[in-house]
Amino acid sequence: MALDKPYKNIPGTTIFDAEQSRKGYWLNQFCMSLMKAENRARFKADERAYLDEWPMTEEQKQGVLTRDLNRCIAAGGNIYFLAKIGATDGKSFQQMAGSMTGLSEEEYRDMMVKGGRDPKWGRN
Amino acid sequence: MARITASVYTSHVPAIGVALDLGKSDEPYWKKVFAGYEFSKQWMRENKPDVIFLIYNDHANAFSLELIPTFAIGTAAEFEIADEGWGPRPVPKVIGHPELASHIAQSVIQDDFDLTIVNKMPVDHGLTVPLSLMCGQPQAWPCPVIPFAVNVVQYPVPSGRRCFNLGRAIRKAVASYDEPLNVHIWGTGGMSHQLQGPRAGLINAEWDNRFLDRLIAEPEALSKMPHLEYVTEAGSEGIELVMWLIARGAMSDKPPRVRHRFFHVPASNTAVGHLILENT
Repeated sequence: MALDKPYKNIPGTTIFDAEQSRKGYWLNQFCMSLMKAENRARFKADERAYLDEWPMTEEQKQGVLTRDLNRCIAAGGNIYFLAKIGATDGKSFQQMAGSMTGLSEEEYRDMMVKGGRDPKWGRN
Repeated sequence: MARITASVYTSHVPAIGVALDLGKSDEPYWKKVFAGYEFSKQWMRENKPDVIFLIYNDHANAFSLELIPTFAIGTAAEFEIADEGWGPRPVPKVIGHPELASHIAQSVIQDDFDLTIVNKMPVDHGLTVPLSLMCGQPQAWPCPVIPFAVNVVQYPVPSGRRCFNLGRAIRKAVASYDEPLNVHIWGTGGMSHQLQGPRAGLINAEWDNRFLDRLIAEPEALSKMPHLEYVTEAGSEGIELVMWLIARGAMSDKPPRVRHRFFHVPASNTAVGHLILENT
């Protein structure tokens, strides 16, 4: 019998479950490698070549190269792992989170200062 | 006999650590956050514990996808500060309490909670930001800390019910330790926030405040809340709040004394919630 996954219906949200974790294993492990300064330097010197050292899908590599975090998450990435790419780029967590919303950096920051996104967002 | 005298609950937003470390705590944006902890720092000086049992989650720093323990207790003599990709936070290293940690592990495992025992574990902002908020910027942390990491990264995380009952087992374990130690138990993470996807930036202040009310007054009923409600109402990362139920479960069954309550939006992407409860 299939597992119940009621969290699949939450708008604009991907829950990082065992299925996503399996799909994103190498993408996330690549991200972990960026915790070492020498690896960050090698990645920055030639991103494509560094990515090609990992058994990642082309879709995952394109997600990283274009810094499209929604695409990375759809391909099994988890935000805490993907944050290592942001750290390598010198981005804050707020810049990373905002980049997934379609808002500009300034619009996102303003939304947070005004109390954040309405919890009813996207619900019927 | 050792005893748990108080519990502390607080968000552990990484940007709070960055603001402190870069000397931005007087900026208007951050002042509003730190103002909520002025009382707490004074309270810590007046009620200095012998040991802090600190419940937090690792954010892909000590644990990658190679190993995902649901509950991990740190039994080492000391714990290094993790480099999360921006360099390690400039804070004192964390001194553990191997004797009490091992005692709690042995007791709690015999009570059917299968903890993972960890002797090498760098600790990240989940643990160090609460210490900074409560203790400021000292040369050394005021006492030993037992790190207790909970998996809230890969779903399913432990249920609120499981966390609450684990807290009860920890209470019993501490009470059976011979040395007369004053132990604080801290639950960290939350409150409402979502860091991913088009819904990132979600905040639910009404839900958060109701959570605080119920954590104080009816924690056992609150512990029955299903995962789906946390994620739907408090955002995908709001699920961290299950960790607060471990600390609450470790408190006496009698109503606690509420010493301090604070709520503020925002710190970066997150609603900040904070409580200090004392056993009566």
